[in-house]
Amino acid sequence: MGACPTHIDVPRFIKKIASGNVTGSAKTILEANVLGASCSRVCPVEVLCEGSCVMHGKNEKPIEIGRLQRFAMETFYAAGGKLTLRSRDERAERVACIGAGPASLACAAELRQLGFQVRAFDRRALPGGLNTYGVAEYKLRAADSLREAAMVRGLGVEFENREIDAAGLEELEREFDAVFLGLGLGAMHRLAVEGAMSSSVIDALDFIAGYKTGTRLKVAPRVVVVGAGNTAIDAACAAKRLGAKDVTILYRRRRENISAFQFEYDHAVREGVVFRWETLPKAFAATERGMALTCVTVSQDAAGMPVPMAGSEFTIECDVVIPAIGQSPLLELLSQAKGVAIEHGRVAIDRATGQTTNPKYFAGGDCVNGGREVVDAVADGKRAALGIAAWLGKRMEAHVG
Amino acid sequence: MADLTTNFAGIRCPNPFWLASAPPTNCGEQVMRAFDAGWGGAVWKTIGDPITNVSSRYSSVDWNAQRMMGLNNIELISDRPIEVNLREIAEVKRLYPKHAVIASLMVESKRETWHEMVKRAEGAGADGLELNFGCPHGMSERGMGSAVGQVPEYAQMITEWVKEAARTPVLVKLTPNITDIRIVARAAKRARADGLSAINTINSITGIDLDTFEPRPNVDGKSSHGGYCGPAVKPIALNMIQQVNSDTVDGPPLPMSGIGGVGNWRDAAEFILMGCGTVQVCTAAMHYGYRIVEDMIDGLSNWMDEKGFVTVDDFRGKSLAKVTEWKHLNLNYRIVAQIDEALCIGCQLCHIACWDGAHQCIHLDRVSGPVDGHVEVHAKPRELGREKIVVTPIPKLDPPKLHVGPYATSLERIPRVDETECVGCNLCSLVCPVDKCITMAERPTGLSPETWAERTSAVVERAG
Repeated sequence: MGACPTHIDVPRFIKKIASGNVTGSAKTILEANVLGASCSRVCPVEVLCEGSCVMHGKNEKPIEIGRLQRFAMETFYAAGGKLTLRSRDERAERVACIGAGPASLACAAELRQLGFQVRAFDRRALPGGLNTYGVAEYKLRAADSLREAAMVRGLGVEFENREIDAAGLEELEREFDAVFLGLGLGAMHRLAVEGAMSSSVIDALDFIAGYKTGTRLKVAPRVVVVGAGNTAIDAACAAKRLGAKDVTILYRRRRENISAFQFEYDHAVREGVVFRWETLPKAFAATERGMALTCVTVSQDAAGMPVPMAGSEFTIECDVVIPAIGQSPLLELLSQAKGVAIEHGRVAIDRATGQTTNPKYFAGGDCVNGGREVVDAVADGKRAALGIAAWLGKRMEAHVG
Repeated sequence: MADLTTNFAGIRCPNPFWLASAPPTNCGEQVMRAFDAGWGGAVWKTIGDPITNVSSRYSSVDWNAQRMMGLNNIELISDRPIEVNLREIAEVKRLYPKHAVIASLMVESKRETWHEMVKRAEGAGADGLELNFGCPHGMSERGMGSAVGQVPEYAQMITEWVKEAARTPVLVKLTPNITDIRIVARAAKRARADGLSAINTINSITGIDLDTFEPRPNVDGKSSHGGYCGPAVKPIALNMIQQVNSDTVDGPPLPMSGIGGVGNWRDAAEFILMGCGTVQVCTAAMHYGYRIVEDMIDGLSNWMDEKGFVTVDDFRGKSLAKVTEWKHLNLNYRIVAQIDEALCIGCQLCHIACWDGAHQCIHLDRVSGPVDGHVEVHAKPRELGREKIVVTPIPKLDPPKLHVGPYATSLERIPRVDETECVGCNLCSLVCPVDKCITMAERPTGLSPETWAERTSAVVERAG
């Protein structure tokens, strides 16, 4: 449990499964992590709970904590399980959560458990953020994400489908006692190469969202994905599942440098995705039969930085290019939140409380950590909720005093 | 080479492994297959006036993903006519003359009835008789089985009737459902029985269905107490057998056929070390089939070869002298727990067990590796490796986890034994999931051995 960012009490929930108390097991999980179901599907358990399992010391496979958690959560939801509110007084203070992704859901749920009034705003029609729109479908279905969001709604959190702009932010600041920024990251980075604006270039998150929400039902036969992070793998696998024949991932560095987890990489290889290492796209050009990608081979200099090799140009033919080279921060909106300091494109917070440099604003999730796991966003959201409660509590005391 | 041939109270057989009187010995066809598999003897499913059984009849206790740690039954004696059983005994003896067939008997408590039953069983060719004074359910309500075995006078009387008529060895099967099992064993001795078998099954209710509130096994919504057997009862059986086999009241101990949770050669060796001449097996054969006897024969033979024993009698009873009353144990013997840091996986079960269930001497406060020999340097360790805020590590961005010390497990997770406080109870070594990780090491006290009996008699002498 020390390895879990949300500190789920792993021995406790496993013992409860063993004793046949699956309801108690699920509630143990949800108490620590309201998105326990999606985490049980998307968590890189190899580097978290299962990576810390003492069974490794016996040269045995770790306890399959992720699958046990999945069992507890599936059983709970299948039985129509609902979270009940802790016994506590309702509080009048209102908190706005910007974004309805994992960080905001966790923050909102915890705040409701503490009695606060919460409203979450999201520019998308459905809540859940990347759980609903961005996680590969084979890992987590949009419906499962929505089920979790519905449970949070059941705690009394209000959801509003509304994009918050500068004016909106001012309004929220007026009407709410605290604001939680759980807005994630912005658009994906564009490839800074010639022809990158072509309509055959589709950003990876849009591509995955289309696949998950059923608006995209097929893809052309030859797909190139640029980048080798977890999103690139998800996009490549989605392309395969949508019927692409050849899916190639281009990465400018080597196999050992990828940021995708090992199991993600293994999965892509099994799906038939081809990896081309040390390959950098230079230009896209439309051809009669699709697109031609001019690439160069890169080598690494002494400092490990990629350096294009002169005269190594070659061409890859394809129909669609999907860049997956990271998301840019939502600087435009964030800069409107007065007094909220941004460092290296991320919202600066006090780690323990989630409070930003403007005391009324708290933040968590990708907009703070630059893009990590669902479980990290949940942990951030929970900490921020406690931070907000403590801050509002103090303010109340000062007021009364 | 080990020689397993056995002469038990005059009953000869190729090895000391018998099937107990139970469903595996219900009919001749089964017993013949059992002998083909290697069993040395079989105690026939108890013969008497045929009964009517109920369904269902068995229930079990499963434990930690293992089936049938204990088995419970409410089946009665044979439901087949006496003459059918006897005809099949005769056939088995004709085809397997060297194997032991013991007829287990239970009839109503009348002298003539017993005389007749004994003569018929011996006439069929049985090598010996086992008197079922142990069946704890059903039959006892009709004045038989444990209703006899729980009253020494009845047991003695019926055994005497049987001995009046019997020409073959007579074994009395003892029930454990009695305060002191030796009382009935003594009654059997007084009645000149040739041997004993113990233990019969233990009164039990294995569990209750939490949806219907009906105990198991369920017979149309109701249940009845049954007889418990299987691996779970072995420690109880070994203790009772030790008590009987060490008891010299009313004469020296009788030959004992050990029963109760025997499932492999190791169990058998333990029962023989506790003085048994043969062992009887039921639950393990019901669970895994007759073939288990193959490894019982092979394993016991190999173990005897390793130990230099030629016959079963060479080691029979060797552990009896090593069981004593508590007051004769050495109070000045001291052992302490030792944790092998190289094997420890950091599960900390020993720490929890010691703190909650023993003597609070295993601590989680190491901060340093071996400085000079064994680790004993300790201070406040909690800060180590337990940051409150944990994130999913990204290899490119995050430093690897803090690892302290020279062992595979980070030192702050490896517990430390405070030897000055350790009482040597064994609990940590029992809960440790890693073989040989926690061992108990002797710490000589420098005091000469002294028992409680010696200490108190010394006090009495001083006072005197």
